[in-house]
Amino acid sequence: MKITPELVRSVAQNARLKLTSEEVSKYSKDLADILKHFEVLSEADTKSTEPSFHPIRIINVAREDEAGECIAREEALSLAKHRTQTHFKGPKTQ
Amino acid sequence: MIKEFAKKARAGSIDLVEHTRKAIESAQKINEEYKYITELGDAISRAQELQKSAKEGKAKGKLFGVLITAKDAICVQNLESTASSAILKGYKPLYNATVIERCLEEGAIILGKTVQDEFGFGGFCTNVGKGYSKPKNPNDKKRVCGGSSGGAAGITKKADFAHIALAESTGGSIANPASFCGVVGLTPTYGRVSRHGLISYANSLDKIGAMAKTVEDAALLLEIISGADPKDSTSASTPVPEYSEIPGTVQGIKIGVLESAVDERCDNSVRKAVLCAISKLEELGARRINIELPLNSKYALAAYYILALSEASTNLAKFCGIRYGAYDTLNGTYNDYFSRVRSDNFGDEAKRRILLGTFARMAGFRDAFYTQAAKIRTQLIKEYKEAFKKVDVIITPSMPTIAPTFEHVKKLTPLQSYLMDELTCPPNLAGLPHISIPCAEHEGLPIGLQIIGDHFCENKIIQVAKTWSQISK
Repeated sequence: MKITPELVRSVAQNARLKLTSEEVSKYSKDLADILKHFEVLSEADTKSTEPSFHPIRIINVAREDEAGECIAREEALSLAKHRTQTHFKGPKTQ
Repeated sequence: MIKEFAKKARAGSIDLVEHTRKAIESAQKINEEYKYITELGDAISRAQELQKSAKEGKAKGKLFGVLITAKDAICVQNLESTASSAILKGYKPLYNATVIERCLEEGAIILGKTVQDEFGFGGFCTNVGKGYSKPKNPNDKKRVCGGSSGGAAGITKKADFAHIALAESTGGSIANPASFCGVVGLTPTYGRVSRHGLISYANSLDKIGAMAKTVEDAALLLEIISGADPKDSTSASTPVPEYSEIPGTVQGIKIGVLESAVDERCDNSVRKAVLCAISKLEELGARRINIELPLNSKYALAAYYILALSEASTNLAKFCGIRYGAYDTLNGTYNDYFSRVRSDNFGDEAKRRILLGTFARMAGFRDAFYTQAAKIRTQLIKEYKEAFKKVDVIITPSMPTIAPTFEHVKKLTPLQSYLMDELTCPPNLAGLPHISIPCAEHEGLPIGLQIIGDHFCENKIIQVAKTWSQISK
């Protein structure tokens, strides 16, 4: 597989990262080097193996449906720079 | 020993305010030179409160008056907690992580937060976020502490007061710095300790653990922080033994020696030290059984990195400069704003790992990388389980070398840095408990012995580690 600068730019866009051209060139080389090494994974026969998304068996766990205390709105907003009295403020959508 | 200190403090025979004041002075002095602590808590007020309770005969708790530090990724209420990343600069959590709550209930005093590789992304603690200083090895300032819990290991080694550290491992971030700095690093089974309040690196791999000067002290901290937590659905309800009371013995213990871990890929001094330690344990009644884990040796590192970085790239997607942490002026569109804040504040390695993880999950590549790595993980866990039918514990070096110099680390490519994790990635990927203890020195620098156990068999690794610490005194 070839890791091109175009592919790295497209991955960066998906990840919401704005890269300089120097960064694109550096990460293209790094990713190619690393992913080439990781291609070893394709040698494993996993046709009849289920994936493990956790290392131990986890059965659905749910706590009792009881009302508890929540963080107050003012507290939650206190950590944000851009806000109104009642909401977080974000950039424009367009 | 922490237990004796807490006992004396509860009885009122230690002036806790004075001890804490001296500890802060000492920590500040150490910090000027070695850069282990990012933020100090209000330890004096807490010490005064505890001292008052001792005077009133109300003192209680296994950590009464003991100073603890928390790796920066562990949230402490009102104390800046950033996982040593500029993107979380200014973030003061509104709540405590469960492990912090449990330590406070036992009478601990929060000394402060310890520096780490940004979000845990590194094995040398040289990938600290923008604006953070790289911690120096307590044994030689030209060398690295190891990572990612580098600050935790450094302060544990240098502290001349009653102290234990909360650290965290995703792929070796406790064993690695414990080995390089010469302290005990105890990583529990995945799910043994609640992750509630931990700034995540990779949800299926993160484990909060303990660092201390002795096996007993690390076991005591693990005993306190372990157990089910309704706030973390992946925490296990398996009963918690009194880890700190486990006696040191290896009589009849079957030690699996992973031959591929002590071959020519390891430095000669490390190989010799580890084999010598195993021989001494044999003399005390342990039985040595040579084993091989061919699938783990071949695939664990690659599978670990693919899964860890895939999970990391989704976890870090939430940092966008809106609700907390770093921010910018509100102009441009959502995408412009998010991309600007993220690009300005994430460090070089964080960007590299986000790119790799995003790539491994993208349509067209996901089956070959992410899903394939998760399937291989099943096979690797099975291979370990087969081995644990024959042996009680598996011993390897913690790291293949002694702590490298900053100069040496600078010359490594990212891939070469990742390859340094080949001994710590396999047990971490399989979620197995492991402990690193100092077993020898080479050129004045410590060598770590890694003891790995089966899931929820912390008791066995503690009993072997304790035996080693008794005979190596």
